[in-house]
Order: sequence, then C-alpha cells, then structure tokens
Amino acid sequence: MEQIETVGDIIAAVTIDRESVAGLPTIVARDEKERERIANYMARIFQAVVHDLENGTYLIVRH
Amino acid sequence: MVPELPWMAVFLGVVAGTVARLMLLRVDYRQYPTYPEAYLSHLAIGVLAAFTGAAVLPALQEHQWTAATFLVLVGQQFTGVRDMERRYLSRIDRVELVPRGPAYIEGMARAFEARNYVVMAVALLTSGVALFSHNPLLALLGGAAVGVLGFVVMRGKTVGDIARVRPGRLEFNGSLLEIEGVVLMDVGLRDAREKWRERGLAVVLEPIDENARDTLASPGQRQAMVHDAAAILGVYIDVDTPELTPLARRDLRSGNVVLAAMLMEPDIGPLLEVVKRTPLLEASVRRPNSVRPGRRAAD
Repeated sequence: MEQIETVGDIIAAVTIDRESVAGLPTIVARDEKERERIANYMARIFQAVVHDLENGTYLIVRH
Repeated sequence: MVPELPWMAVFLGVVAGTVARLMLLRVDYRQYPTYPEAYLSHLAIGVLAAFTGAAVLPALQEHQWTAATFLVLVGQQFTGVRDMERRYLSRIDRVELVPRGPAYIEGMARAFEARNYVVMAVALLTSGVALFSHNPLLALLGGAAVGVLGFVVMRGKTVGDIARVRPGRLEFNGSLLEIEGVVLMDVGLRDAREKWRERGLAVVLEPIDENARDTLASPGQRQAMVHDAAAILGVYIDVDTPELTPLARRDLRSGNVVLAAMLMEPDIGPLLEVVKRTPLLEASVRRPNSVRPGRRAAD
C-alpha cells in the first residue's frame, strides 16, 4: 500500500508548559527566552522549522 | 548530374537544422544554467536530427524505403532525450534549495524533446525544397519559415498572460505569515519573523478568468514561479533555514494566488517581472471554460 505523504516529521516539542505536550520528545524550557534559544538551536541542528502553537509550545518540524 | 544534387540538399538541410538547434539552445537560457557539456550533447543530437531530416527525401527519391524506418529510430532517440533530461533534473532537484518540482521538470524535458522535432522539420523542408527547386536560397528561406513557426508554437504562454500580477502586503497574525488574509505558514521563531518583516516580498496574482484560476491552482505551477524567482533574483535561504523558503498559496475565496519570498535582491519590480515571465506548464494548464458544465458554472 502506498504510504500517506506527511507534511513533515515532528522532531520534538519545546515548551514552557509541560502539561500541553504528550507523546513527543519534549524539552521543557524555564522561560520564553530559553524556549526561543533552544528552539533556534534545534532548528539549526535538525535543519528544521520552528512552528509556534501559541499555547507555550513550539514544534520543531522537518519539512 | 543527378548524383550531385542530393548532396547539396542534404548539406543545406543539415546546416539549416543545426542553426535552428543553436538558436533554440539560446532561447532556453531561463530554464537552464549554461554548461558546455549540455550544450555539446544537445547540439550533437541536434546535428543527428538535422541529418536524418535532411536525408529522408533524397533517400526516398532513390527508392531507399528503409529511410522511413530510420525516422522511427531517431524518434525513439528523442524520447531518450526527454528521459535523460528528466532524470538529470529530478536528481538535481533533490539538492536544490528551492526545487523546480516535477511539473516544471516534465515541461522542460518535453521542450528538449520537441526541439529536436523542430530541427528535423527544418532540415527536412530545407532539403526537400533544395531537392525539387534546385534553388539553395529558396530552400534556406523555406527552412527559416518552418523554424520561425516552430519558435512561435513552442514559445507558449506565461503567467503574465493569464493573471494580473501586483505587489501585496505581508504581515504577521501571531506567528502566522499572511498576505491579504491568506495564511502561508507558521513561523515560530521571533528572529525569522523579524527577517520576513524586513526583507520579505509579497506578490498577489489575480487570475483573469476561470481557466486562469484553475491553472494557477496547480501546486506545480506555483512551485515553478517560486523556483524562477529564487533562481533569477537569488536565494536567501540555506539548507538549515527552511523557515525562509519562498512559497505560494491560494486564496480559496477568490482563487487568487499569493507569493511570499525572501531574495538576495529585495526589489519588488524585478520579482513581479519574473513571476509574469514564468512559463505556464503543460501539466498545470486547465480549461474548464472549454466544456459546457464549466462555462455554466462560471456564470
């Protein structure tokens, strides 16, 4: 069977709200500044894009 | 006296065909960055095409019916040219920062194939006229006429023919990158949003009719515009900054297409020009207006 093409692979979540993420590799940041920095590093490391769910969580997605 | 004439006809045909191939090579500068090997191999195949075309009528005149089978063989070679270009371009596409996309590649491969048929037609007509009129000048004129016809037919339409292309306004709604209310993507990083605000260009395409609307809807056609923009005005992204990728999305309400791009040359004028000049792809062109239900739906 043909595999369904996904828009991208979720590498990880970076969040300041531990409660809002489940089932993903998650990095919990202390504050927004740290979250921004970690997300930036992750994006560069994995050549991925940072998406903001605007609930305190960033998703690192490789497209 | 008879044995001399076919040689003249064949010679003229080959020359005319080769010249036609050379001119067609010049026309495709937008599609292909130049490199000598490709020029040489396409020219070589063009000369073969010209020779076959030029030799057909003289051979038939000598009752050499096998000439017809050679035409079939050469036709297969041209299909081979299409395969070769498709394979090459598809492979390259994987390491392009802004890929051409399969639709654009297929269109280019077909164009390369079709050019050889034009070359063959030019050579055939030139040698044919030379053979029967015994007038080299008339022969070359005939060849030139076919060549011009081929040029015109293969020029094809561009995006500018089917859409009004104008600058748009790029803004952020939270982390969503939008142009005139159409969401293009979610940009999470503050730095990336800042870059888009500083350097991002926005283009809006308004299709002129239903045919245009459905043609622009094709993701392949949109990718072609984005690729041309990046190829001609300079890509601003690198492999580790995919959030800066230029892209084009549809406005579902109107059928408009919006395009956002960050380029080395952040001038809106040239970007509009490049978008307008992007060729319409065979794989993308739709004509709902040429069938009755489509026309009725459009009222």
